[in-house]
Amino acid sequence: MDAVSARAAVRVLGRARGRKVSPAVARFTRHRLAILGSVAVVVLLLTAIFAPDIAPRNPLYIDLVVRFTPPLHGSFVLGTDPLGRDLLSRLIYAGRISLTVGFSAMLVSAVVGTAVGTLAAFRGGAVDGFFMRVTDVGFSLPSIFLLLLLAAFISPSVVSITLIIGLTSWMATARLVRGQILTVLKLDFIEAARAGGASDLRLVLRHLLPNSTAPVVVAATLNVADAILAESYVSFLGYGIQPPLASWGNMLNNAQSYFVSAPWLAVFPGLMITLAVTSINFIGDGLRDALDPRLKI
Amino acid sequence: MRRLFQGGAVLVGVTVIAFALLHLAPGGPLAMYTLTTSMGAEDLARISHELGLDQPLPVQYARWATNLVRGDWGRSYRDSRPVLVDIADRLPGTVELMLASLLLAIGIGVAVGILGALRRYSIFDYLATTGAMVSLSIPTFWFGLMMIFVFSVSLGWIPSGDMYSLGRPFSLLDRLHHLVGPVTVLGLVLVAPWSRYTRSGMLEVLYQDYVRTARAKGVPAPRVVVQHALRNALIPLLTLAGVQLPMLFGGALVTETVFSWPGMGRFFVDSLGYRDYPVLMGILIFTAILVILGNLLADLLYAVVDPRIRFG
Repeated sequence: MDAVSARAAVRVLGRARGRKVSPAVARFTRHRLAILGSVAVVVLLLTAIFAPDIAPRNPLYIDLVVRFTPPLHGSFVLGTDPLGRDLLSRLIYAGRISLTVGFSAMLVSAVVGTAVGTLAAFRGGAVDGFFMRVTDVGFSLPSIFLLLLLAAFISPSVVSITLIIGLTSWMATARLVRGQILTVLKLDFIEAARAGGASDLRLVLRHLLPNSTAPVVVAATLNVADAILAESYVSFLGYGIQPPLASWGNMLNNAQSYFVSAPWLAVFPGLMITLAVTSINFIGDGLRDALDPRLKI
Repeated sequence: MRRLFQGGAVLVGVTVIAFALLHLAPGGPLAMYTLTTSMGAEDLARISHELGLDQPLPVQYARWATNLVRGDWGRSYRDSRPVLVDIADRLPGTVELMLASLLLAIGIGVAVGILGALRRYSIFDYLATTGAMVSLSIPTFWFGLMMIFVFSVSLGWIPSGDMYSLGRPFSLLDRLHHLVGPVTVLGLVLVAPWSRYTRSGMLEVLYQDYVRTARAKGVPAPRVVVQHALRNALIPLLTLAGVQLPMLFGGALVTETVFSWPGMGRFFVDSLGYRDYPVLMGILIFTAILVILGNLLADLLYAVVDPRIRFG
């Protein structure tokens, strides 16, 4: 171990002893970027929740007289779009959609991934083989192809897009959970629980799942980031969230046509996606270090 | 041998999914005909019969799969050319773009990774690690849009799309000029994993005894890094190239769409709008084959380069 990390370890120990902070929390707070990311995500979530109070205007109100107002012009902080709608208000409301899709899709993929991974590891044999081949199939198809196909053929709504993204992104979680449970299954306390007459269900719920939360939490966090990105790709290509509903992705859908006249339309939604996704990825990174230093994805 | 069998099983899975997906989806392949009002019910029935759409799905799948093996991937509903020919037309564009981006990403990623490992916890290392995270978080299409906006629209340095200038004789310089934008964008998607894995691979190797021995016997520092450490650090990265393939195809799809690059990805997006089932399935399966073969190749190379690995 080199000097720097040794010093960091000492610092963590000192802090944990001094203020009774759990080591995991200490490791997380050492990650300055993860803290910064958490702050950004909290702010984004709050703006999304309180969108009606925060947004200066109605995001759907069309006023052709003021169309293409540049940013910082009059009362439009970020300018207006080709229909004269306020860009800032639209961004705030779009955050609602994009974040909802991101977090709900993560829930879907975490639940499906955990279930599949647990079942595969616990049952073993043919069940395991089958599910792992299904996972392989998922990994050999570029997810964007699958997403676009599904999104193009199912009438797009917030719910269907969420389901599509969630159901095409559980494979990594399933593999992680399977690996974790296989390791835990070999430990002595499982043997003890079995000897004590624990049922399969109890074994899974009380012993196996609680011992695999760390990888699931980390994978789920990174999944939120990926889901937000996925939504933006599909919406950008026109197969995701449909107008007049705004998402960060579909606001970029037509931005290319107005490059010369209204570049701000292309800049801000992309910045929002980047901000949200970067922040969540940093949180995921911090969580990985905090919860399980051995875990490497 | 077992890997080969697994690859085959996965491929069958892919075809089943592709088939089920496209045939059970609402709308159906006749959507583009039903929208044309001049078509009567009997015309529709005739077309449906000619395309074989009135048979039970398993029969359709069996027929389609046998044809697939024989190399007959059906004809595009849109331009009625054989799907494989259509794909073959677009393949060189995609391959050119992907190879150039991969080379760029490996070059930059490995260099950054080595420097980061040698100067661990320096400002450079910190910036590189953070930058890698940010580059993974930027939506590819938006980065492409910004590239076009800054370097094509505002500065006029690079073309905003296409593979070559129309109506001009072939010139390598012109082709390279058109490559700059898309390759930068697609390269950025791929570079972060390379720098990250190179860095951790180098860190693992740098402190091993044989590297210390090399240093101790007076081998010059750059040679230790390149000849002794890097060679061993890079071996595990072989598999990364295989694992990255789906990412590469996905990124290519988005990049091609933004830069109107004539490749497979853009062809896929175009075909979506037409519900061109044979083409969509063709591209999906073709990509899957390439991904599976790529992974197989990476695994085999891994075993060749590292004699410690054996397949059971």
